[in-house]
Amino acid sequence: MYPGAFAYHRAKSYSEAVSQLSELGEDAKFLAGGQSLIPLMKLRLSTPRHLDDLNFIPETSYIHGNGALRIGALTRHSQIAASPDAAQVPILRDCATGIADPQVRHMGTIGGSLAEADPTGDWAPVLLATGATVKTLGASGERSIDISEFILDAFHSALQHGELVTEIAVPLPNKRSGGAYIALKRCAPVYASASVAVQLALHDDDSCKDARIYLGVLGLTATRVPAAEEALQDRQIDAGLLQTVREAVMDTAEPTSDMRGSADYKREVAGTLAKLALQAAVRRARGEHVEVTHLYA
Amino acid sequence: MPDAIPRVRVSVTVNGKQYSREVEPRTLLVQFLREELNLTGTHIGCDTSYCGACTVQLNGKSVKSCTVFAFQADGGELLTVEGLARDGELHPVQRAFSDCHGFQCGYCTPGFLMSTLQLLEEHPHPTEWDIRKGIAGNTCRCTGYQNIFKAIRTAAAGGERIGD
Repeated sequence: MYPGAFAYHRAKSYSEAVSQLSELGEDAKFLAGGQSLIPLMKLRLSTPRHLDDLNFIPETSYIHGNGALRIGALTRHSQIAASPDAAQVPILRDCATGIADPQVRHMGTIGGSLAEADPTGDWAPVLLATGATVKTLGASGERSIDISEFILDAFHSALQHGELVTEIAVPLPNKRSGGAYIALKRCAPVYASASVAVQLALHDDDSCKDARIYLGVLGLTATRVPAAEEALQDRQIDAGLLQTVREAVMDTAEPTSDMRGSADYKREVAGTLAKLALQAAVRRARGEHVEVTHLYA
Repeated sequence: MPDAIPRVRVSVTVNGKQYSREVEPRTLLVQFLREELNLTGTHIGCDTSYCGACTVQLNGKSVKSCTVFAFQADGGELLTVEGLARDGELHPVQRAFSDCHGFQCGYCTPGFLMSTLQLLEEHPHPTEWDIRKGIAGNTCRCTGYQNIFKAIRTAAAGGERIGD
C-alpha cells in the first residue's frame, strides 16, 4: 500500500525542524520512528503533504539517569528496554519490553508514541503513573508540560502545530516505591485488550503511602482510578483490599466492545490486571526483584 | 501535486554492496529493496506491520521494512535474506530451518530467518520464552510453529538437531 504523496524534509536540529514546520503549514508533520504514523499513512487515514524527518538530528536518543531519568524523544523502545538507567524505574522496562514486537521496538520512539496520543499507546498510562514531565520545543520556545496536561484526548496532545517533544523526564522513585505495568494482548503485534499501570510507595509498616493507578486502552485516554487509589491510602494491602481495587477498576473502566473483546470481558481483564500489577508493585516496593511480562491470550 | 515533488536520494549498503537511487519520498523500504534493487527475497505479507515477512536488519536491528520509509535507511547498512548465505553455503540459521523443515509454503521464511538471526545475536542460548518473544513479530499460517521452534533450537545448538 502506498501512502499519499508527500514532500520530504530532513531537519538537522530541533530548532530547524520547528521553523520548517511553521513555514510548511498545517499539512506538514514530523516523522520520528514512524511505527504509528506510517501505518496510518498507508491506510490514508493521515495524508500529510510534507514530512519533516527528525531521525537524522544528532543526540536525540539517550537515557540519562542522574537525578531524574531523562529520556531523549527519539530513544527507541528497545533502547529503554535494555537500559540499566531506565531499569531504576522498573515500570518503564515493563512497558518498553512489552510494546508490540522486536522489530517495532527497534524503530518506534517514546517521543513519537506520546505525540501521537493514540488511546491504544502503552506509554501514556505508565508515564502518568510515574508523574513524568514532557519537554517540548515550539515556535514560542521550550515548555515543560506535566504528563497529566499533555494527553488531552484521543490523538490529541497539548502540542501546538510545529511543536515537538524533545525529552521525557521521569522522577526517580523514592525508597520503598514500586510500580508495574501489565497488558493483556491476543498476540504481540496487535493492540492490547486492556492494560493497567500501578506506581506506589509504602510506609515502613508496609501500608500504602500513596498509589497511582491508570488504565490503558479502556477509554479515549488513559484513565485514572481515584476510587482505587483512595481505598489503598494508608491501608495494608491484603486480599480484601485487592478485591476492592479490582472492583473500583471495573467500575471506572469504560471499554467498548470490538474485535479485541466485549466490554464486559475487557472490564474483567482490567480488574485482574490491576490485582496482578498491584501485587508486583508491592513486592518491588519491598525490594524484591520481580519480572513482569504482558499476558498473551 | 505528485509531479512537483522532488525525489529523495537514498544511499545504502545492502549485504555489503553499495546502492544509491533517487526515489519518491513515499517509497517504503520493502519497495525500495524489491523494486529498485530487485532484491525480492524480502516478502510483503500483510503490509500492515503485523506479519513480519518483510523483516530485514537495519544497522544491525531487525525492522519491518513495510513500515519504514526508504529514506529512513539512508546512509545505513541493511542485511536481507539474500545476504545470509556465503560462498554458496547456507547460513547456519538457514541450514537449521532446512534440516528441521521449519516452514511449509515458505512465504514467511525470509522474515523468520531474519528474526531468528536477531534473536540469536541477543540470546545465543535462548530459553523457550526468549524464542517466543524473539519471533513474536512474525506470523506463519502453515506450520503451527513447532518446526520453527525446533529449527531455532537447532541453530542455537550449532546445527545439532534438537527437539525430535
